[in-house]
Amino acid sequence: MSAVHVSTKINGDDVEFVCRPDESLLDVLRDRLGMTGSKEGCGTGDCGACSVELDGRLVCSCLVMGAEVGGHAIATIEGMAQGDKLHPLQQKFLEGAALQCGICTPGFLIAARSLLERNMDPTETEVRYWLAGNLCRCTGYDKIVRAVMDTAKDMRKAAAKSSAKKPAAKKAAAKKSPAKKTAKKGARHAA
Amino acid sequence: MRYEAPDTIKAAVGLLSKAKGTSRILAGGTDLLVQMRSGMLEPDLVVNIKHIPGMRDIVAEKGGFRIGAAVSGAELEEHGKVGQMWPGVVEATNLIGSTQIQGRATMVGNLCNASPAADSVPAMIAAGATARVVGPKRTRDVPVENIGTAPGKTSLAKGEFVSSVFLPKPPARTGSAYLRFIPRTEMDIAVVGAGIVMTLNAKGVITAARVSLGAVAARALLVDACAKAIIGSTLDEAALDRLAAAASAAAKPITDKRGTVEFRTKVAGVLARRAAVIAYDRARG
Amino acid sequence: MPLDANTPDLRTEFKSVGTRPNRPDGVDKVTGRARFGADFSAPGQLVGLVLRSPHAHAKIKSIDTSAAEALPGVKAVITYKDIPEQAGCDKDVLVNIMARGTALYDGHAVAAVAATDAAVARKALKLIKVEYKVLKHVTDVDEAMKPGAPVIHPGRFEPVEFESLETASHVKGKEEKKTKTRAGSNIAGRYVFGHGDVDKGFKQADIIVEHEFKTEATHQGYIEPHACVASVSTDGMAELWVCTQGPFMVRDVCASLLGMDVSRLRVTPSEIGGGFGGKTTVFIEPVALALSRKAGKPVKVVMSRSEVFRCTGPTSSSSMWVRIGAKKDGTFVAADAVLKYQGGAFPGSPVEMGAMCAFACYDLRNVRIVGYDVVTNRPKQAAYRAPGAPMSAFAVEGVIGEIAEKLGMDAIDIRLKNAAKEGTVSSYGPTFGPVGLVETLEAAKAHKNYKVKLGKNQGRGVASGFWFNFAGNTCVSINLNVDGTLALALGTVDIGGSRASMCLIAAEELGISYDDVRAIIADTSSLGYNDISEGSRVTFSSGLATIKAVRDLKVRMCGRAAKIWGIPEDAVKWENGAAHPAGANAGGFDPLSIKEIAAQASATGGPLAGHYEVNAEGAGPSFATHVCDVEVDPETGAMKVLRYLVVQDAGKAIHPSYVEGQYQGGAVQGIGWVLNEEYFYGKDGTLQNAGFLDYRIPVCSDVPMIDTVIVEVPNPGHPYGVRGVGETSIVPPLACVANAVSSAIGVRARTLPMSPPKVLAALEGVNASKA
Repeated sequence: MSAVHVSTKINGDDVEFVCRPDESLLDVLRDRLGMTGSKEGCGTGDCGACSVELDGRLVCSCLVMGAEVGGHAIATIEGMAQGDKLHPLQQKFLEGAALQCGICTPGFLIAARSLLERNMDPTETEVRYWLAGNLCRCTGYDKIVRAVMDTAKDMRKAAAKSSAKKPAAKKAAAKKSPAKKTAKKGARHAA
Repeated sequence: MRYEAPDTIKAAVGLLSKAKGTSRILAGGTDLLVQMRSGMLEPDLVVNIKHIPGMRDIVAEKGGFRIGAAVSGAELEEHGKVGQMWPGVVEATNLIGSTQIQGRATMVGNLCNASPAADSVPAMIAAGATARVVGPKRTRDVPVENIGTAPGKTSLAKGEFVSSVFLPKPPARTGSAYLRFIPRTEMDIAVVGAGIVMTLNAKGVITAARVSLGAVAARALLVDACAKAIIGSTLDEAALDRLAAAASAAAKPITDKRGTVEFRTKVAGVLARRAAVIAYDRARG
Repeated sequence: MPLDANTPDLRTEFKSVGTRPNRPDGVDKVTGRARFGADFSAPGQLVGLVLRSPHAHAKIKSIDTSAAEALPGVKAVITYKDIPEQAGCDKDVLVNIMARGTALYDGHAVAAVAATDAAVARKALKLIKVEYKVLKHVTDVDEAMKPGAPVIHPGRFEPVEFESLETASHVKGKEEKKTKTRAGSNIAGRYVFGHGDVDKGFKQADIIVEHEFKTEATHQGYIEPHACVASVSTDGMAELWVCTQGPFMVRDVCASLLGMDVSRLRVTPSEIGGGFGGKTTVFIEPVALALSRKAGKPVKVVMSRSEVFRCTGPTSSSSMWVRIGAKKDGTFVAADAVLKYQGGAFPGSPVEMGAMCAFACYDLRNVRIVGYDVVTNRPKQAAYRAPGAPMSAFAVEGVIGEIAEKLGMDAIDIRLKNAAKEGTVSSYGPTFGPVGLVETLEAAKAHKNYKVKLGKNQGRGVASGFWFNFAGNTCVSINLNVDGTLALALGTVDIGGSRASMCLIAAEELGISYDDVRAIIADTSSLGYNDISEGSRVTFSSGLATIKAVRDLKVRMCGRAAKIWGIPEDAVKWENGAAHPAGANAGGFDPLSIKEIAAQASATGGPLAGHYEVNAEGAGPSFATHVCDVEVDPETGAMKVLRYLVVQDAGKAIHPSYVEGQYQGGAVQGIGWVLNEEYFYGKDGTLQNAGFLDYRIPVCSDVPMIDTVIVEVPNPGHPYGVRGVGETSIVPPLACVANAVSSAIGVRARTLPMSPPKVLAALEGVNASKA
């Protein structure tokens, strides 16, 4: 099997690696690059513990080939905190006891951040459906959902404060269309 | 295993035609990588089509939309206009898996993986969608219901792949809907799926309909008897009863770890009914 | 009472305990820095993979490893011959980790390889040639008990004679046959509990309800697959990095299986990505050590998700019969049960505990429970959160729900009428001390959830539950650092936030800030033996040991203050983080803070530490009452949980957020168990749903917020009144949800899971009978 040489960007840094074609991005992150923050819970895209962002899109890294990420941008949990400053979601998860064993936590944080970047005012149903691809066995999801919604509330407050100084465009930008998808899913499952 | 990422259709077709052993297309990869991981599949060649121009595009065409083979469910949803024209197709595609899966999975991949329970397929069939097949010989447009032949098998010849799917412009007063039954609220493979498209006249009478059922046979069914059950009606209770009965009669499911014959048969009727009501409301606008 | 005479009375006022600080391991976990089982790699390590039987039951005629051994990159191939049976080892564990002549379940390990990378290892597995002779198999517990069933361990278990109600097949109440039956030899044990005379008791009943119930096996479902790195050197010294609930157990079992002295093997527990009992035994660890020993290099073995489902330890499937008799006013007069649990291919299903817990919530004059431990061609079961109790509670609480309905009594009132209290002689023997069942029932009744008005196709269910909680061997060591902060070494793996609780306890005892205590989980060479983190024992036992270790340290620190002041040791007391003269006669010295004592430690005799080793006793049971509202779609059988309330007695909640977390997590596991989770076996005895796609645990959108109420009825066996809380929360949900569905649509589930096809079929039966 011929190895593939890949040049890509991970958390803003240029990274090069060599991998076999049958390795997933998750395999590469964990076994070749030593980035063990993304976890393998299933290897089949059913648990979300390996969640990363690929060109800003939430995906399971176990379902992306290592060979195909050349020229793309990847964001992992290792890049979520900025230096010694935790992301508001990370801080809220800590304060709200939204983790017990913590194995699912990196995946949830990446997924939740992706949601809040698109919709800063999700309903509880929208949060639950967005995160349905992230399995947790310890918490029963309650404190996770509360932490995400509390963080959204804080983010809205901060945005309102700064938009009090800037024009209304910032507020409008805080709520984008993808929220509709999750709302639809949540409402329609009554069928 | 060899990995290739050609940047033209011609190059991709060339690779696939010449390849020995098993070849697979990589679009979203959400089925391919799972099958490789389980050991079910060890392809000799994987061809990544995402670098080919057009694969990731949604283009307005003849009043409808042509959707490239590598357009993800998330991109399809965000486009907005496809969903306005064909809500049933977009909502079906968006039901596939989780948010993470939606970030990668494609309608064309869902179609060509040929699972009897694929969510996008009944909706595409009901919409009269066609798949554009490219290959070493001429390019051809195939009704999507003729792509999947049996579980995991398609009608594509060696060297061929589907480069896009075309959703035609619907007549006025047309509504589409897709519903599925799953045991949880998300993440599951459909136990039963029902995709319905109907067109009404100015008086609200159904003049045309296509009803497709998924997960109740070896491939998605296009059920004429269901269409006949409601054409000419205003979808009154009697028509809905006829529709449900026709759907249950057409269903030829199996009992497996996801559902029983009895359950799938019954629920095919229930979902056909409910999807028809939604499609009718959407048709009325 | 495990406490000595010096122990003060039960503490009721707290400064640190009961608060909700951030946990000490939290930042590492939210940044991905924390290292779990698969996150560690040793230089030069090999990749280990296991070859597993594809048959449910087969004789292994031969194993040819020559082609695999010859493959470049392969450094070791092992079979059971590389793990010779050692005197005194646990033979069942030995056989379970690698088959010895017979494959006993689909997934049973047959051989293993260590190679330079995963691709070579996978190729090597394919080159191992195993010749099987497929045998008849049995996976169902009732089938396994019948005469003529395939016998899993020929000659090991005596055929059992049954009498009357205990026949191998279910017996309907009226057809009591006094015939004896010689059943097959898959019955590994029979347990009987109870007191009084049930036959006499039932004669006093105004109403008797009895039913048969069946539940399917479920898995703990931890998100982290088993993983370890083993490194055995040529001098026999070995290191093992592993995710486990019991590093000392792993050390002792592996040393025993591999014929090593215990001191030669050091086990370092990683952070653990969930266990719930499933990581209280060994699977790949002895195999990894054996591979490393043979290859002469470190070997990393990580299970795949499908291996986790197929080859680790799910809980038992069960077949049960329960009969309860009551008077018109709801008083229970007699209760009887037969429980049959299969525990996979080896004895040890939790039927004994299931039998003990079945009626534990109630004050019964006449009660009998008989339990059968049965073997089948399934993987060897392991503990799953209150092992054995959820199944029997499903049956018992379901029958109680039906009695309440038939008598027109409120579901909580009928339980209050019969509730176990202090002084009740439990159905399994001991007399209860102070317990909190009544308090949980009253709190549930008073909760706003109980008053919500229900709509069409909606129903409410109630169920109570019990778990004993364990104590056990525990060692703790606490060291005073030069700057007055503390290093607390614990031997119990943190599976629920216990490090935070131990720091709170240490801070409370010393009167210092929580931030000045750092807790670590030590390796097995650093502390004395600690029992597994299981049985909801950690907060109780490690908490107790921490209190005692800190008190030990306080005595020594007071001694140093006495030395500094030149006064007798008993003239010094500890208060609010400092040593004080104990009374005016001792002398007018300014208090010496912990920081000041620490700074002078070297000068006053050397480093200061405290420690405590105990086989603790005095754990108090934790009772709970759950209330659930569901809505059912009558056309599809789909069920939606609208509301869920957990009311549970914690004795004293050290860190309330983590107590709530246990309540919520256990409840949602129970919801998954009742609605969707099951082991699905094919006709060939192989597992059909070995992944998270078709083994359906609850996803985020499946459940609502889980409301919680912490009741505190202090446990007199602990200085702060602590009761374990981790397990009780999975006991009531099965019946709670089933009772709610029954209330919604008049259909009672007696087999689990209550999947929509079953509910729909039952509904159609109900409608047909009404038509």
